[in-house]
Amino acid sequence: MKALRVVALGYLGALLLAPVGLVFYRTFEHGLGAVWDSITTPAAISAFWLTVEVAFIAVVLNTVFGVIAALTLARGQFRGKWLLDALIDLPFAVSPVVIGLALVLVYGRDGWIELPFQVIFSLPGIVLATIFVSLPFVVREVTPVLREIGDEQEQAAATLGASSWQTFWRITLPAIRWGVTYGVVLSTARAIGEFGAVSVVSGKVAGETMTLTLLVEQRFTNYDLAGAYAASALLAVIAFATLLVMTRVRPR
Amino acid sequence: MIDVQSVGKRFGDFVALEDVSLEVPDGSLVALLGPSGSGKSTLLRIVAGLEQPDFGSVVIGGEDVTPVPPQKRGIGFVFQHYAAFKHMTVRDNVAFGLSIRREKKTVIRERVNELLEIVGLTGWADRYPAQLSGGQRQRMALARALAVQPRVLLLDEPFGALDANVRQELREWLRRLHDEVHVTTVLVTHDQEEAMAIADRIVVLDGGRVQQSGPPRELYEKPANPFVMKFLGPVSSLGDRLVRPHDLLLSNDAGDGLEAMVTRVVYLGFEVRVELELASDGAVSVQLTRAEADELELRAGDIVYVRAPVLSA
Repeated sequence: MKALRVVALGYLGALLLAPVGLVFYRTFEHGLGAVWDSITTPAAISAFWLTVEVAFIAVVLNTVFGVIAALTLARGQFRGKWLLDALIDLPFAVSPVVIGLALVLVYGRDGWIELPFQVIFSLPGIVLATIFVSLPFVVREVTPVLREIGDEQEQAAATLGASSWQTFWRITLPAIRWGVTYGVVLSTARAIGEFGAVSVVSGKVAGETMTLTLLVEQRFTNYDLAGAYAASALLAVIAFATLLVMTRVRPR
Repeated sequence: MIDVQSVGKRFGDFVALEDVSLEVPDGSLVALLGPSGSGKSTLLRIVAGLEQPDFGSVVIGGEDVTPVPPQKRGIGFVFQHYAAFKHMTVRDNVAFGLSIRREKKTVIRERVNELLEIVGLTGWADRYPAQLSGGQRQRMALARALAVQPRVLLLDEPFGALDANVRQELREWLRRLHDEVHVTTVLVTHDQEEAMAIADRIVVLDGGRVQQSGPPRELYEKPANPFVMKFLGPVSSLGDRLVRPHDLLLSNDAGDGLEAMVTRVVYLGFEVRVELELASDGAVSVQLTRAEADELELRAGDIVYVRAPVLSA
């Protein structure tokens, strides 16, 4: 047992804690003031709020879709269910860069679909890319919970007079709430951290379509290492906060 | 009154119900008895509206409810595995149907207290289902079903998941409750003893068909076919006849009985079971009272003569 523990902790330490710790060390090496200046530039503030906005929209939409898809998968009986089931994992299987390119093909200039507003190199494109990559989490967290609780409680609610809508809000949703929460947290973390797909569709206009991850990359390639570390640290802090929220709200 | 009129139901290739008709008089307690796969649960779920029949109709209180969803049938349903709302307290579970009907808070509270008292869970109102025993959970489920004052109470193997002694206790309790509340009740069970102990009438199902229906005693004494006879109690076969073991007569004198050797004598308290090997071939088990067995002074290896009473089966 002891050997296993050493392996597990050593692996985590070398591959996870050391690099992240080093980022924090480098970030605060020159004091808090420098960090503060670096994450409060107009470009950084804009990137922060864009990231929050995009993540919020993507997570809300994916949560609604995810619960509906999970209900369909766990309760429905229809032809082609296996196809829906397989499609949901597509974002895990396909590289984000490919997803970004696909979006450009579909919505870009001379793409298949032309909308009255700009999608690629603009907010809608970034949101679409983020939705795509964070889509499976809620579905995959909620479906097994729904399968496990079964539908007897829902049937009982029906015999007691509850409509499908009332049953969903009063019986099903409370029963799956931890699955939903976990899915939301994972989606949020993924949405905030997304780089590949977003980098293809965003156009990287500072102050407009630059998300936090893109800002890190831009500063890094411009030899602004301190700035890159500071922005990374900000990303890491958001991620930690999300994880913390999750562990706090999880059931006993 | 519930009137099921020639209902049929298939699941893919499996015929769950062939053509079943059934009447449940007002205020009675009817047991649907049968082995698993006999269609009894499907029939109950069709009465509840949780399944739709392929053909036939269900009439409750004179109204054809076949197209009516379960929400509007005025039924109470109790599931084998309780279907407790796990995130709600016992009080909220029982109150659920009333709060869906937007009753006043004070009315709900009063009615729930009353029901909790009836099912003996007064001190448990603020607990969660996970903190209750199986028997308590099922009593809670019963209170929840009764709270909406259903026209019909439907119980699907309600004691099936409980320990034997709790099952027996709840069974007697349910019968007493029914005598007080008098709600028309249909109970599904595979346990013939449970059906005999609790029901006014038993409907025996097998292979998606009604094999026989009637009061427990009638079914036991005048089974319509070998299936009902075997399902309702122990049987011994003597020659080509099926006989209840306690109807067989044993004697030390040859008379007109069949010769047999005692292989085992089992004392079951008041009763004694004697296992015999017939001289002609085959094993038979006979049930005697203790006094009868003592008088015969039976021991393994003894030769006895067994005969069936005239005109029994």
